[in-house]
Amino acid sequence: MSVPVSPPPRRNPVARTGMPALLSAQRSRATHGLTAAAAQGLFCLQVCSDCGTRQYPPREACSHCLSAKLPFRDVDRAGVVVVDTTIRIAGEIYFRERTPWRIGTVQLDCGPIVIAHLHGDVSQGSRIRMELLTDKAGAPAMFAMPAVNTPAMQDDRQYREFTCDPKFRRVLVTDGRTEIGQALVRALSDAGARKVFVGIANPWKPFAGKQSLARAENVECVQLDVTDTASVVECAAQIGARVDILVNTTEHIRLGGLMDQTGIGIAREALELRSLGLMRLAQSFGPIMRARGADGVDSACAFVNLLAAHALMNWPSYGASSAAEAAALSMSQCLRSELRHGGIRVVNMFVGPLETEWYQNAPPPKVSPATLARAVVQALCSGQEDCFVGEVARDLRARLAANPKALERELGAA
Amino acid sequence: MTDLLEFAAAIAAGTIRVVDLTQTLTPEFPVLALPPEFGQCAPFRMETVSRYDARGPAWYWNNISLNEHTGTHFDAPIHWISGRDLPANAVDTIPVQNFVAPAVVIDCAAQSAADADFLLTITDIQDWEATHGRIPARSWCLLRTDWSRRDAVDYANLRDDGAHTPGPAPEAVRFLVEQRDVLGFGTETIGTDAGQAHLFNPPFPAHFYMHGRGRYGLQCLTNLDQLPAVGAVIFAAPLKIRGGSGSPLRVIALVPGT
Amino acid sequence: MSFAAKASKRLAYDNVVACAPISIAYERYSIESAHWWIGRALHALITKAGLAPLDLDGLSVSSFTLGLDTAVGLTQHLGVSPRWLDHVPMGGASGIIALRRAARAVQCGDAELVACVAGDTNQVDTFRKTLQGFSRFAQDAVYPYGAGGPNASFALITQHYMDRYQATRADFGRICVAQRDNAMQFGQALLRKPLTLQAYLDARAVADPIHLFDCVMPCAGAEAFLVCREQTACALGLPSVRLLATIERHNAFADDPVQYRGGWAKDADELWAMSGVTPGDIDLLETYDDYPVISMMQFEDLGFCQKGEAPAFVRAHDLTVAGDFPHNTSGGQLSVGQAGAAGGYLGLVEAMRQLTGQAIGAQVHNAKTAVVSGFGMINYDRGLASAAAVLAAV
Repeated sequence: MSVPVSPPPRRNPVARTGMPALLSAQRSRATHGLTAAAAQGLFCLQVCSDCGTRQYPPREACSHCLSAKLPFRDVDRAGVVVVDTTIRIAGEIYFRERTPWRIGTVQLDCGPIVIAHLHGDVSQGSRIRMELLTDKAGAPAMFAMPAVNTPAMQDDRQYREFTCDPKFRRVLVTDGRTEIGQALVRALSDAGARKVFVGIANPWKPFAGKQSLARAENVECVQLDVTDTASVVECAAQIGARVDILVNTTEHIRLGGLMDQTGIGIAREALELRSLGLMRLAQSFGPIMRARGADGVDSACAFVNLLAAHALMNWPSYGASSAAEAAALSMSQCLRSELRHGGIRVVNMFVGPLETEWYQNAPPPKVSPATLARAVVQALCSGQEDCFVGEVARDLRARLAANPKALERELGAA
Repeated sequence: MTDLLEFAAAIAAGTIRVVDLTQTLTPEFPVLALPPEFGQCAPFRMETVSRYDARGPAWYWNNISLNEHTGTHFDAPIHWISGRDLPANAVDTIPVQNFVAPAVVIDCAAQSAADADFLLTITDIQDWEATHGRIPARSWCLLRTDWSRRDAVDYANLRDDGAHTPGPAPEAVRFLVEQRDVLGFGTETIGTDAGQAHLFNPPFPAHFYMHGRGRYGLQCLTNLDQLPAVGAVIFAAPLKIRGGSGSPLRVIALVPGT
Repeated sequence: MSFAAKASKRLAYDNVVACAPISIAYERYSIESAHWWIGRALHALITKAGLAPLDLDGLSVSSFTLGLDTAVGLTQHLGVSPRWLDHVPMGGASGIIALRRAARAVQCGDAELVACVAGDTNQVDTFRKTLQGFSRFAQDAVYPYGAGGPNASFALITQHYMDRYQATRADFGRICVAQRDNAMQFGQALLRKPLTLQAYLDARAVADPIHLFDCVMPCAGAEAFLVCREQTACALGLPSVRLLATIERHNAFADDPVQYRGGWAKDADELWAMSGVTPGDIDLLETYDDYPVISMMQFEDLGFCQKGEAPAFVRAHDLTVAGDFPHNTSGGQLSVGQAGAAGGYLGLVEAMRQLTGQAIGAQVHNAKTAVVSGFGMINYDRGLASAAAVLAAV
């Protein structure tokens, strides 16, 4: 049985914080097919289009018929641990610091033999459910979970290396003025976060929910306006070393394209808030988080961005906002590369229209703030880095993958 | 006093005091709150260009951005629709002699402390004149409320039904413009109008009447408690922005020494 | 078991021989490059044979650490001008595969004097880097899983074998202890401190059930030999050995979930049929021993015992030079060290010395026939290359 993770002890303030050890992220291009699946929490292997053979490790030709047609497809995750071992001496610093480390040979029911990291509750002979996760370097990793859930399985020491579980961690929600921000505060608290800092911009402006935020246990409001460099710098100076997970909940969605708006004021606000705001957060909080990537049970682990799904393809009804979201997405990709060196995951939550005032005119289906908040916690707990929340976002992903040009025309016709 | 050197010597000697009526520009200072579907007043923002570093090894400077109506600022007639067609209605065309003028201060601090929605009436003005004499023509009329001493939350004083801050009643503004020929109206609050002035008839009378008659506004003033009721002269010169509707500025008062 | 019934369809190696076995003493760490080690071995080889570099008209090279260079580049580096050149990047199978290719080249007249050489350096971080970039599958799907390297891969294979055939750690220990006994008389072995079974059992765990003395010590070194016609060897005054038979196989039994047999099991019948001898005729066996479990598989798959009976076999036999089943007579890699690709030559040059009465350490009494086998390249979850040769004294 998994041992429930313990709250981190109070730190010795003069003890050295160890540097995060790096893992190589170098993989073959074919293997990044697994990366793509892992990023979204899918379990895919190459499946030969000609003979159906499932392949692992990823390759360039079918190991059964030599076909080159090897698309990644969802496959059955079930399997059995044929044999396991506990590595006690490892060649890489990262693993040396984490030995003993358990791996095993897994025979998947769908065919391939997989060397996998093992959850503490599985061993030789166990039926397992294989998960594709990403490791601290962002590379895909096979992780064998118990086929049937076990108590405290989420707390498994090895599993926690691949997730960003909020339990016992301290979180900064950058904008607590909105329904989304407040839903996040509740969801993260419920998920066991030790502390939730909530950024409040323009504290002189009242907002709904202020009282309940002030009353909530383990919640602390901090002054933070991501459009103001000095404010972000000051906030990071105050709490930066205590932020293990940063969830950027700022939002700026406005109806309007380019030509039908007068002037660029609203678009500039959107860019200031969404993309330059992200950059300010990255500059002030990123370096501290990166340095704390291996700082114990409550190491820094994730930088979460809430992005409108139309960051991926412009929705002219919300054209300027889509562009600002796209800029934020692009910055998040850069940030992902930069934070990788500390083992910090950048999690992008793509969401379609929300049940919020700015999407009043958008047709259903829409996503409630509470649903989005639960999805963030789920993504953190399961180690995803790209998460599509709600039907509209998933529909957009599918249509984008199938034919980006068609999607451009379809959104443009709406 | 026509000898300017004598005037300068009086300033240097302190027989004329110089009082700063300006709030410091900071990112946190409240700005006018409008419904979010309207265009928004940009707050003050500052980005360092260099600070003795790789971006400029021996010098420090910043790029700043703000609205024409951020912080202590000047309203030109063109700011309001009622003043849009007047001559010399923008900050770059206003005659410069208008930037130096006497000021009277009507102290309503007590009333404002008692009632955030306090409105200055004609009666209040007449009561003031009974003590201090008739307001001289072409003077600034400044409303002292001590609002500038409040913290940001109480300063903006926003509630579900909008801001609650003191200001002039519509008829008082008309009186000042039409009966007393003031140069402009100045307040400590975010606007020259009261927080609830959107409900007045006409809405925002200080803006409507003052600017409609080519008069000016000064907002977010401070230190009005250091001015005499009469006898101060203020320097309030906005930036020379082409066609500008207003401008942040440094407002300085000259006060006879005691 | 009877192997004589089947006849081989393959051509015999006629009068092709291997001679001039060279072992450059290993070093735990070296500041020299692989080029240096290969150069030392070739120099020793031509000195022993009384040849000049340009006399070599064939060259076969095996190495993991040549960096940017190939066998072609090495010809210029070393000042040789072969008309037949081979590069055998097959790890532990390199020696036998180099031998069987060179033998056919000499037999067919493509070359007259083929120098086969394997050498690698071991600088302080060489081993880790070699593991990290060992193969694409290793990079993508094994090394990131705990970075245990071959220790972890063989831990899984060993545990599986133990479960399948009820082998115990002590059974593996017998192999390691016997080889240490052999190594104590082999002056070039890096590990010559006596090893008891208890010390073997008490050693620290590396990757369960692999413990310290199951593992080879990575080191720098080089091995070489010469392939030519028997009359050439005679003319050079070099004692030589004949090739009775060889086999090689890659990626055999790909469907076995965990490796418990090697490619030898596919080709052993062919090996014995071609050789004209039987396991009972063999005076010494040199297996590829990067872990003792793989030596056990070779005992079984080459026909010295039935599948699964190697644990009983090692309990029933004395594997030392003086014993009834002399095995890895120089101490094998487990005691001599693993000098990269040279590890694939170690048993072969040792067998050549034993069959020609030139043993550096203890000599197997009256050794006439030997089997050498090789195994290499843990590409993903198992070793892919297997090879074996039956050699006989001339």
